[in-house]
Amino acid sequence: MERKLSPATIVLYVVLGILVILYLMPAYMALVTALKSPAEISLPTAWEWPSVINWSSFSEALDLLKPNLVNSLILTVCATALSTVLGSLNGYVFSKWTFRGSEIIFTLFLFGMFIPYQVILIPLFQTLRAMNLYGGLPGLILAHVVYGLPITSLIFRNFYAQIPTALIESARLDGAGFFSIYTRVVFPLSIPGFVVTSLWQFTQIWNEFLWGITLTRHSENPITVGLAQLAGGQAVSWNLPMAGSILAAIPVLLIYVFLGRYFIRGLLAGSVKG
Amino acid sequence: MAKVELKSVVKRFGDVRVVHGIDLEIADNEFIVLVGPSGCGKSTILRMVAGLESISDGEIYIGDRCVNEVDPKSRNVAMVFQNYALYPHMTVHDNMGFSLDMAKRPQKEINEKVRKAASMLELEPYLDRKPEALSGGQRQRVAMGRAIVRQPDVFLFDEPLSNLDAQLRTQMRMELKKLHMKFSTTTIYVTHDQIEAMTLADRIVILKDGLIQQVGTPVEVYEKPANVFVAQFIGNPPMNILEGTVARDQGRLGVRTKRSFFPLQEDRKNLWEGQKVLFGLRPDAIKIGDSLNRIPPEWRCTAQVELTEILGGQSLLDLVVDDEISLIAEVEGRVQMQAGSSVEVGFCFDRVVLFDPETEEALSSVAQLEGTAEGTTPERDIAHKKEIEVHTN
Repeated sequence: MERKLSPATIVLYVVLGILVILYLMPAYMALVTALKSPAEISLPTAWEWPSVINWSSFSEALDLLKPNLVNSLILTVCATALSTVLGSLNGYVFSKWTFRGSEIIFTLFLFGMFIPYQVILIPLFQTLRAMNLYGGLPGLILAHVVYGLPITSLIFRNFYAQIPTALIESARLDGAGFFSIYTRVVFPLSIPGFVVTSLWQFTQIWNEFLWGITLTRHSENPITVGLAQLAGGQAVSWNLPMAGSILAAIPVLLIYVFLGRYFIRGLLAGSVKG
Repeated sequence: MAKVELKSVVKRFGDVRVVHGIDLEIADNEFIVLVGPSGCGKSTILRMVAGLESISDGEIYIGDRCVNEVDPKSRNVAMVFQNYALYPHMTVHDNMGFSLDMAKRPQKEINEKVRKAASMLELEPYLDRKPEALSGGQRQRVAMGRAIVRQPDVFLFDEPLSNLDAQLRTQMRMELKKLHMKFSTTTIYVTHDQIEAMTLADRIVILKDGLIQQVGTPVEVYEKPANVFVAQFIGNPPMNILEGTVARDQGRLGVRTKRSFFPLQEDRKNLWEGQKVLFGLRPDAIKIGDSLNRIPPEWRCTAQVELTEILGGQSLLDLVVDDEISLIAEVEGRVQMQAGSSVEVGFCFDRVVLFDPETEEALSSVAQLEGTAEGTTPERDIAHKKEIEVHTN
């Protein structure tokens, strides 16, 4: 199929090209700086490719950030898994087992999505301390699970709205109860929903900084806090924070690369006449 | 195997009443079709029997058990849904065996029963496929297989054929009928298609606005509709409904239109001279040509042809009688006539149904007044049951 390049298309592509370059500039800068030796980093030569490629910044940054990376992995995996599973159960109830007042409860639930992290910081701190969870990872996990519930419940409720109610009713007549319908019918159809929701939660929790720094003691700090400390000293050797930020971005990148294809799969095909 | 009984069943959604006190007795092994326009409450009634909707008032019995508070899974009913509701992630085998699996039956028994049902429905080659790899008709069969495997007390069908194309629908209709003859399980079947109702039902229940209009065998509701609604809902094209006045001519009681007089077959005590009536004639009760010989001369008149439509074996004629009454006749053969030409027509007035113009209810014939009443009287039920027993033997 041959397409004619109209002037409008050309303008569009030029604009898009400029935006891509603009967007990739920081990434290029991070990579180039990370690969230079500390002595070579200076403002006049900031854009130049390193004369000698220096991989040691990565291993050095990895050594420094290792505890934070481990903390972040535990935090993110646990909080993502919990908030996704709970959100899925919530969505199942709000879409298929509606009860008197469930719409109102759901609406109230959604308010949670619009509360900024900063607003609930102090009450959250006090609550966690009262619960004896302040300073450690479990407290931070709990905070992220609760804070993530509105969005995960919303995503799953809308996802389950596409599952025909007749499927649930049919399972009820076939003798399945609340949980067996969930495990045998609803859950196997939810894989795309789980992918979308956990991608979202993983990214949010991995990149979160404010709660990480305020709700955990030093040894339990997540990667975002570790990264900030790497760049926060008096004389900063810029190759280390740059290498660190690239390392910190890898898990999220990998998740997108491996799970992205599940977005496309339509697992619902064939359940009802299309 | 069980009878089903509805006693003054009411369904309210909030303040809106959609089913107004339904009384219905469904005999063991009977095939009952609930039919009516959309919004008449037929699906709601079915879902109340299934347990998917609560019952606002009244009682539903399956067998001798009141099931008002019984969970759907404990009612031992199987339902086939309009969109099949197959589990998309399971194979045909697992779809059909799901209910047995839920009942914790041994795997061997499940395999056996599924295989048996599959061979009956010619689904054996597809047992390992998922629903998405099946055609519409095959999916429909899987849905039926899922119901059969359970050996339920009652089959419930919610417009199961409405997603199929016309040809497949006719074929599946016949298969359904055969299945029922084979299993003789009590069946409640909901449809808006009056042909499905006529062909499948032992008895038809016609509903409108949450009320039963008539209960009867297909022939009864066709020939003796209880009111104008039933007369026009059952049959395609619908019954012709015309206006007239009761009169007496040469000693015979009959109906007078503007220019004609048609004597009734017998005297009726519940009619009086001068009474306004509506009279209904089925399109196939209007004859032309050779078939006129069987119609006495006093039931004939002249009509103008407005339009002819050839259906294949039959033809539809749009006719005008007395310059103002238009009606549709369905006649045998291919009839080609000029618009505006005159034709002699004969009415099978022995099949006429008279209605009260105000209530639109049928004015019962003398015979009906004298005892053999319509609908759900016990005598009729017993007679009907006997008829079924004869069928199944």
